[in-house]
Amino acid sequence: MSATLRPYLAAVRKTLEAAFCLTDFNSQVVERHNKPEVEVRGNKELLLNPVVISRNDKERVLIESSINSVRISIAVKQADDIERILVHKFTRFLMMRADKFVILRRKPVSLSDTRSTILDEKTNPQQQPPTGYDISFLVTNIHTEYMNRFKIIDFIIHFMEEIDKEINEMKLAINARARITAEEFLKRF
Amino acid sequence: MTQVNVFTSEPVPCHSFSPDRSKVAISPNNNEVHIFKKDNSKWLQETVLSQHDLRVTSIDWAQKTNKIVSCSADKNAYVWSLDNGVWKPTLVILRIHRAATVVRWSPNADKFAVGSGDRTISVCFFEEANDWWICKHIKKPIKSTVTCLDWHHNNILLACGSTDYRARIFSAYVKEVDSANPEPSEWSSKPTASTGNLIGEWTTGGGGWVHGVAFSPDGSKLAWVSHDSSISVVDAKKNQAFITVKTPDLPYLTLIWSSNRFIIAAGHDCCPMLYKYDENSGKLECLEKLDKSTKKETDGFSAMRKFRELDKFAISLNDNSSSDSISDTIHQNSIREIRAHSLSKSGGVDRISTVGLDGKMVFWDTSRYV
Repeated sequence: MSATLRPYLAAVRKTLEAAFCLTDFNSQVVERHNKPEVEVRGNKELLLNPVVISRNDKERVLIESSINSVRISIAVKQADDIERILVHKFTRFLMMRADKFVILRRKPVSLSDTRSTILDEKTNPQQQPPTGYDISFLVTNIHTEYMNRFKIIDFIIHFMEEIDKEINEMKLAINARARITAEEFLKRF
Repeated sequence: MTQVNVFTSEPVPCHSFSPDRSKVAISPNNNEVHIFKKDNSKWLQETVLSQHDLRVTSIDWAQKTNKIVSCSADKNAYVWSLDNGVWKPTLVILRIHRAATVVRWSPNADKFAVGSGDRTISVCFFEEANDWWICKHIKKPIKSTVTCLDWHHNNILLACGSTDYRARIFSAYVKEVDSANPEPSEWSSKPTASTGNLIGEWTTGGGGWVHGVAFSPDGSKLAWVSHDSSISVVDAKKNQAFITVKTPDLPYLTLIWSSNRFIIAAGHDCCPMLYKYDENSGKLECLEKLDKSTKKETDGFSAMRKFRELDKFAISLNDNSSSDSISDTIHQNSIREIRAHSLSKSGGVDRISTVGLDGKMVFWDTSRYV
């Protein structure tokens, strides 16, 4: 593990441990409903301040918590166009299967529905809005009731590590393949 | 000694004991209330009370009248009374439009309070003429869901905590039930003979939802725990000065006074913690963990595994909250409720029980802290 990755992941882990303290909470807006407050945003007092942890300007994690749910959004490193395509295809593949993937959100969080960005834009109107997140998880109190919440955190940390590795490997495979193809093609001349 | 009882694999959010402690009512996180009877060392299921539509949020068993009150996310509460061996429900007219979150009998069991997501507390009492329970509302100045309640032993004062970050004490006087001239309490010199009179309001200042409130046995102190990992005590004898301690642990969800000096708080850390409040100096400090169990190493490659995990999961060496530390504790998931199981002669609590989201009910011996 590289020198900057460990403190980054350790910071994410500590934040998640605090954010995963969820309790059952019935909606106080709609009767007989019980929904993740971080998604419906009906009451301000039930939301905690969102936290952004960034390793550099490309890689960062947004953790938004509320009384009964946490939303974790990950921006995966995308150094060039190939990586951008690979990340997009890879996360799309996962998110299309979100129903089977209990804590995965069907769409990544868009910047317009997070409070932090609204504040950012107000304070720095000149600043370019940052690019969005690639993949989001939604963990509710129901998940922490029937799964060990420390194992969920382990999974998210593991996922963050693996996705970089996976993208790198795919990029190398593509480059190797491209090289072979190019060699075969140029042999004719 | 601690004693572990397992009822179900489902989370148990609430429980309550019968007056003679031979039975316990729990909810397995659904619309039912299960009553278990103790048979030698085992708990056998006796009855299932199923009248609610949605998840039961709180249960309380009256010690004086042997009645059970249960409330649920379907906005209803039922009072169950034992009639020839069968539990009969009586509907309570709560007049709330959101989920009921918590219910507690008053010490004399002639009324009970229901907290709700409707930002109200309903103080309910029995109306003979119509044969049902009716209520009076406490609304102001609660601004969010009421999460916890506790009665003062004088049967009038009611403490509540809510998600608007505040702990409050109200007068829950009901003229149909209580005597015309209630005695003044240590909390208020003014007469408390009106329902919903706000006696006191405290906040720790941070953004912490209050998860649990508790009066001390002598009634002169109120403690509460909130989501900013703090535990606070306000002392009526010290001109209602309050002290807050921020802990390094994850937030607590529930607490109980085992005597006038000792508080036991438990929550997301899965381990009950003992706090001591010193009346003279007004100091609050953490003494120890109640859960003394240590980790058992199953395989011989612990050092190797440790270093592998360091790398794999970004755990630092002196980190206590690593992935497998949770298996050190008896409870494997958050503790949701602490109840007094048996009382000592001096009025302290000899034994407490905790229930958690892992479906366990654990008895802890607290006789040393009385």
